[in-house]
Formats: sequence, C-alpha cells, structure tokens
Amino acid sequence: MNSKKADRRGFLKGSAALAGLAVGAIPFANGKALAGVAPDEPNGKKLGVTPDEPNIEQLEYGGRSAYETGVYRVHSPGALALVGLRNLTPLQDSMGVITPASLHFLVNRELDLPNINPREHKLIIHGMVDRPLIFTMEELKRLPSVSRVHFVECTGNSGLYHYRQHVMDQKAGRTDQHVITSVHGRLSCSEWTGVSLSLLLKEAGVQKGASWLVSEGGDTERHVKSLPLAKGLDDVMVAYGQNGEALRREQGYPIRLLVPGFQGVNNVKFLRSIKLVDKPYYLQSEISAYTDLHPDGKAKWYEYQVGPKSLITFPSDPHKLPGRGFYEISGIAWSGRGAISRVEVSTDGGRTWKDAQLQTPVFRKAFTRFLLGWNWDGAETQIMSRCTNEYGDIQPTIMELAKLWGDDRTPPISAEKIVSLWETAQMSTYLNNPIQVWKVSQDGGIQDATYSTLKFYDFHL
Amino acid sequence: MRPTALSNSTISICDFLLPVMVLWACSAAMAQSPTYKVGRTPTEAELREWDQVVGSDGKELPPGSGTAKEGAKIYAGKCAVCHGKNGEGVPPFKALVGGTGTLDTPTPKITVGSYTPFATTIWDFVNRAMPRYAERTLSPDEVYALTAFILYKNDIIKETDVLDKKSLMEVQMPNRNGFYPVPPQSAPDKDRSWFPYWNQAKPAAKPAAK
Repeated sequence: MNSKKADRRGFLKGSAALAGLAVGAIPFANGKALAGVAPDEPNGKKLGVTPDEPNIEQLEYGGRSAYETGVYRVHSPGALALVGLRNLTPLQDSMGVITPASLHFLVNRELDLPNINPREHKLIIHGMVDRPLIFTMEELKRLPSVSRVHFVECTGNSGLYHYRQHVMDQKAGRTDQHVITSVHGRLSCSEWTGVSLSLLLKEAGVQKGASWLVSEGGDTERHVKSLPLAKGLDDVMVAYGQNGEALRREQGYPIRLLVPGFQGVNNVKFLRSIKLVDKPYYLQSEISAYTDLHPDGKAKWYEYQVGPKSLITFPSDPHKLPGRGFYEISGIAWSGRGAISRVEVSTDGGRTWKDAQLQTPVFRKAFTRFLLGWNWDGAETQIMSRCTNEYGDIQPTIMELAKLWGDDRTPPISAEKIVSLWETAQMSTYLNNPIQVWKVSQDGGIQDATYSTLKFYDFHL
Repeated sequence: MRPTALSNSTISICDFLLPVMVLWACSAAMAQSPTYKVGRTPTEAELREWDQVVGSDGKELPPGSGTAKEGAKIYAGKCAVCHGKNGEGVPPFKALVGGTGTLDTPTPKITVGSYTPFATTIWDFVNRAMPRYAERTLSPDEVYALTAFILYKNDIIKETDVLDKKSLMEVQMPNRNGFYPVPPQSAPDKDRSWFPYWNQAKPAAKPAAK
C-alpha cells in the first residue's frame, strides 16, 4: 500500500517536473505563489498543487478550502452528551437538497463507534422466512441496486426539549449554538444506494403470518427496532452507499437500514440482522423513549412518520443581513409521506403568503429546496414558511400543533393546556413540525420567534 | 428497469408509477421463490449467535436463573454508578425504580418499573446493552439475577423468587395494559395512522406565533 503510494507520487513528481520545464514556471510551485493573496489567511495547512508540496497526499481524497472550515457539525452539549454522540448538521449553510456525508447529523445512544471490517461483516435474514439467508457485503453488492434521495430525521428533532437545552447552553455561555442547528439540526438528506429490503425478503421467502420485522445493529448496544413488515416491503433499503461513496463510519458502515419518511431511530446502523416476526418485540428502544404518555396514564407507541415540515435556512439565526436590499430566501421542506407540492413564504409576519419556487426534481420523502426573492426594506419583520404535501397535509403553526395534540389526547385537552405542559416539560415533544418563524430586526439580526414565544419557567432536566 | 429505482423521481413520474410500485411490492410479498440465489444458508451455530433479541414471547430466552439477592451484588458493582444505589437513577441515566401509580397523575414518574410493559424488555436490554462499556459480558444467570433485582426493587417479585425462563414469562408488569393498541398496518404512504398529527385544516390566516 505504502510502496504503491510512493510509486504514484514518484510518477507525479517526474511528470510535473517535465511539465515545469516545458512551461517554464509553475504559478503555485512550492506554495510560494499563494503568499500575499490572503493576509487574513485562516489557520490550517496550505494545500499544494505540485508534488513538492508536502501535503499533496491530501488531494487523493480531497479537502475543502481552509476558508470553509467554519461549516462543521456542532457537538451538542448538555446532559445528553453523556449518553451518546450528538453532532448536528449546520443547516444554515446548506445548499440544494444533499447534505455532504461529512456533515450528516449523528445521534448515537452510545459514546463510541464500531470500526467494522466489511470483509467480516454479515447480514442475516431469519425468523418467519422459508430460507434463512446470510449475506456477506460482497454478496449484497452483487444484487440489483437502487439509489434514492431521502431525508433522515431524528425522532426528537425540533422538539421543545432541544430548545430548552439550547437556552440552558446559552446561559452557560455557549455562543456557537443557534436554534437552526441545536433545535432543528438532527436532520440531513442524502442519496442512498443499496439493496431493496423487499428483494432480500423475497429471496428468503416471507412466511404467512409474518407482519413485523426486528432489525439489529452491530454497534455497542446493538440497537434494535421493530418495524411493520408492510413498510419493509414498501421502500426500505439496506444501504451501503451515501452520496456516491461508501457509508461513513458514523452512518453505519458498512450497511444500515434506510427507512424513508419514518423517524430516525428506525434507520438501524451497522445492520447485522433482520428477523421476521408476527408482532412488535416491545424493546427498550421503543418503550423507554419514543412513546407518548397521555393524561389518562396510557401511552401511544409505534408511531413512525414525520409530518410535513419546512424551514427557512437563509436567513436564519446564525446570519445577519448587512443591509436593506435583495436577498434570496432559501429553505428546505420535507414530509414523511408523499412529495412536497407547495411551499408558501410570508415576509410580513404571516399576513400574506407567496408561493416559493421549488427546486426540481422534487423527490418523495426527501428535502425539497424552496427559493423566493425578497427585497428587505430594512424594517423589523417576521419571515416564515409553510409546506403542503401531495396529500394536502399542511404544516401547522405551533398553536395549531398544540390544538392537534390536544384533540389527540385521551381525554382531549385544550391547546392552552398543551402549551403549559410543553412549557413545564411534562410532555414529550416528538414529531414536532411547527412553522419556524424568524424575526428580522432592524439591524439585520435574525432570532427565533416560535419557540421563544413559549414561557419556559422550569429548567430542570 | 426496476420500479423502485424510479420511485424517488419527480412527482409526475411517481404519480404514474405508483400503481406499478404497489403491484410490485405485493408480488414481492407473494412470490416466494428466490431469483438471484445469492447468499447462503446460515449454520445452526450462526442462527443461534445472531438470534439473541428477546421479544415479549420470550422464545429467545436462554436457560439460566437468578434471584434478586444474587442480583444485588452484581448491581452494586456494575450498575449503581449510573442508576443509583437503589435504582433511583443518576440523571441523565434512567431511573429503574419507583413511579408505579403515577402515570395518570399530573406528575407522572416514568421509570423502568412503572412504565415497562413486559419483563422481557428488561432482560433483553440488560443482556444486549448493559453495563455500558462492558456490554454482553454478563452470563445468562447474571442477567436473570439483575432482572430479578430490578423487579424486586419495584415490589413486583419477592427477594427470594427464582427468576428463570418460565417464571420471567409469568411476571405481570404493573403497566402491562398501559399502552394504546399498536396502529394498524397498511400501505404506509396512504395511511394516516402512522402519524397522529396530520393537519388538513385550512391554516389560520395569521400564525399565532406573531
């Protein structure tokens, strides 16, 4: 391996030397030509373009400009950091609909990541099947493949818990936290490549009576999750690729389950086993969390889909508008079922709404980028977006969401009561999809105006 | 061309392909002969090694037994640091004990004892995922003993009760009937039962967050 590398570099050196002789001078030779270009040159190694540059090997896998290192996955601090890895996608810098694999969010229920050798990794399909099967990675890759664009969103994303944590972090002096990441950043979208789970199940032969599947990961705690077989036969994928390359280690290398439109916890990483069964397995990962206790003392569980959701990513709270004039409002919309069919944007606090342009193609259960030109007159205002999916489901305001929650309770309770339960942290806030309102101040600063309308007066965790 | 490869394409293409996709998914469920013959039959040993997730039927439970008394010693050494001396929990680590009878009050206390509907759930998680940083180092006897200890601390079994595959399945957790029925299954994309808060009402002209 090393000698091969050395040979290649030797070859490059030779050919570059010839090229240098021919042209007379290489503009960036020895990195000197870059000097003086940027007096405010950022920290970090300079990346050379000639074989003499000591960092030439970085070109073998590429690196980003040292001027772009301000875009990174913030590590979520606070109590949850003790029980798992939390790195959040910087949505404020997002473009288009694809999240770079290196910026895909990470929410693990453990503090370490396995480093799995793909030659040793196997996937077993067993339980209520005619033919239990075991696949090596090589065998999985021999099978017909699919590539599709899908978002993955943590179950608790946009939840009030995270806003509460955000306020605590700010009180503790964390200045690198913003609502768009600390509240909404458990959210990413990639092109995933892999094998349709339905194909694997067909190879194994689904037995009559099978109605659920239990998938298990090879991470430290062997994360497990029950999933309805109807979904498994629909559009679930055993993914080994992400954005044109192998999965990142923290995304479940070498394979993960990809469950489009369903809560993130279902997308089992480091996938090692899929067992077909006739009922959910009532596992710790679907009971100790991801359930919803109602006032009558009974809880709802096994709720899966992500509601219709949208978010203006520019401008958002890390940004500051330098002055009045033209800006392009840019954001993302997504829904756990169907495609996004419409995104409306208001720049006057919700009095009037305009249809934003949707970037095409529009993928189902994936980010849809929306764009709208806006001339800011310099006055204080509120901007927000709301989306509709192809089934007519509309993203609610936070008060409309409180009413939906209240109507769903047993017995039903008022929206005001729901808000007070949110405010006192007496209610789980999974599946939150309220309209995110950004307040634009006269100085161009942007602030959250959705979560901050609630009165959190109890900051214990 | 495989329909799934296109199912993520533009809206108009998807509208056209949806019936094809549904048909294809149905045929995948019914046609039971392998097409590609890739992959092999696992050995009995492999099946045993890969089949350790324990469901509420307890079919996967291994032989072994333990009592709360035995579990207390293991607990003190391997669990108390995060879950507290008596299972009260050291936040953010979970409380294991207490809270029974509080779930329908204004201040519900969700713990392993008050909330978990099946004893298998506890056995399975301790066996696969505990203790942190030394996962899957406990013997089946130790897992039975620790499960017995947690149940004993919640007044669900007696300190001297022997917990094994049979007696564990007879344990009645206090919150056994504390959950709504699992939502029915049908085609996930069309079904509204997979998400509780679909909002089809005409949105208010002016969001309340103003």
